[in-house]
Amino acid sequence: MSEWWTYRLEDFLLFSPRVYWRMFELNNAASWPLHLLTLAAGLALVVLVLRRPRRHGFWIALVLAALFAFVGWSFLRSRYAAINWAIAYVAPAFGLQALLLAIGGAARGGLAFDRRDIAGRLGLLIAVVGLVAYPLLPPLFGRPWSSAEVFGIAPDPTAITTLGVLLAASGGLVPLLFAIPLLWLLLSGLTLHAMGDPQAWLPLLAAAITVAALALRRIAR
Amino acid sequence: MMIITRRTFVKAAAASGAALVLPAAAPGAPPAPVMRAVPSSGEMLPAVGLGTWITFNVGDDPVLRDECAEVIAAFFAAGGRMIDSSPMYGSSQPVIGYGLEKLGRPEALFSAEKVWTSSAGDGPAQIKQSRRFWGVPRFDLVQVHNLVAWETHLETLFAMKADGRIRYVGITTSEGRRHDLFEQIMRAHPLDFVQLTYNVVDREAEERLLPLAAERGMAVIVNRPFQQGALTRQLQGETLPDWAAEIGAGTWAQFILKFILSHPSVTVAIPATTRVDHVRENVMAATGPLPDAAMRERMAAYVRDL
Repeated sequence: MSEWWTYRLEDFLLFSPRVYWRMFELNNAASWPLHLLTLAAGLALVVLVLRRPRRHGFWIALVLAALFAFVGWSFLRSRYAAINWAIAYVAPAFGLQALLLAIGGAARGGLAFDRRDIAGRLGLLIAVVGLVAYPLLPPLFGRPWSSAEVFGIAPDPTAITTLGVLLAASGGLVPLLFAIPLLWLLLSGLTLHAMGDPQAWLPLLAAAITVAALALRRIAR
Repeated sequence: MMIITRRTFVKAAAASGAALVLPAAAPGAPPAPVMRAVPSSGEMLPAVGLGTWITFNVGDDPVLRDECAEVIAAFFAAGGRMIDSSPMYGSSQPVIGYGLEKLGRPEALFSAEKVWTSSAGDGPAQIKQSRRFWGVPRFDLVQVHNLVAWETHLETLFAMKADGRIRYVGITTSEGRRHDLFEQIMRAHPLDFVQLTYNVVDREAEERLLPLAAERGMAVIVNRPFQQGALTRQLQGETLPDWAAEIGAGTWAQFILKFILSHPSVTVAIPATTRVDHVRENVMAATGPLPDAAMRERMAAYVRDL
């Protein structure tokens, strides 16, 4: 790209806010009542992290892998890529995240959700925000309920809840699993910012808190 | 900045072949827009076209697709002809195709497309795909988008023109980028059209590119007339001066468009909109009187001082 310094963030925005939020409305209408299932799965993740039954790492990774694959295909590839050609290149990253989660869950000693430090507890709080608070946002920002972003259906709450759960995780693959959700939230936050949407700070804040929690843990070591 | 006097104004208009023609409107019909000649062929085009950047990128949303089709219908009903798009504009191309199909393929259409791929060899395939999206047998105009891989794409486009697969060849830039290279290409190649950003506050093109287009006999398409809506939003709260009525401008959008269209080198301005009332308002800006050189300076000074 020539004269790159003359470009503003807004220059990369290919669609209007109306089109963006209607995309969630259409996706919700097409996916309903899967929302109930994905929300139940999200709550089950939190319970699994708290109670840690046998093979909890496997089941948590399996659920997250399935939902990343689903969101990457049903929302990013099938809807969002239609109005933003760059998303066609991003959607496979959700597939890669699903694969990494599946590998982490299947490998012996790959993932255990056994961290109970401050970062781990903060993670559970972030996970609950992604699960419970995100679907409640539309009226706060003057949008219809039908545009709600739901965990396992829309990418932002899926990424946020995943990061929260991962903060409670230990295992060799864990550092790698943060990258894609964090990068997604950065991209999403910047997109919302370019749209002039007041919700832009939410994905950015979730990503920042996650990074800060990881940094705190490293310092505390 | 080049100052346009009455003399240079008339001279440039004559040189560019963009002389203003006001067609007579049928009784009871809305006034027809000003027509401008494409210098390389003499073909007359209405001076306001329809851009599709952002506004037509509505994906598969059936409600918004129908709204876009209504905008296209209102555009043709008001006397418009040129619709401009690009493979870069997301789903805009299939949405145009949907609208044209719904309207029964209006004969008035002047299709202006772009080739936009850094892989020069992919140009022909991309143009073919764009044509499928629009559902047209051939494009009237294909432009090299933002000068991406321009050398090879221009070769391809001139060959297509020679074979009758497109009618005109052009290049585009926006927001004042790469004007030096743009000028070089204009001097070196027999382009039919150039597309650039020009409006009452972005006047850099007046210095070299617009006079050069007139000198080289190239039609000029003006993109981002409202700075992607930022200019009209900024002016929204300001009062339109009383003297705007002298040139028939009833809104800020018409004020801006009349400024653009009154430059003698400009052939077509392509504002983009999602609203039927706005598309009518835009085309209406190309009817009635246009400002002369003195009025143009008054308009620019007024906006600058706000």
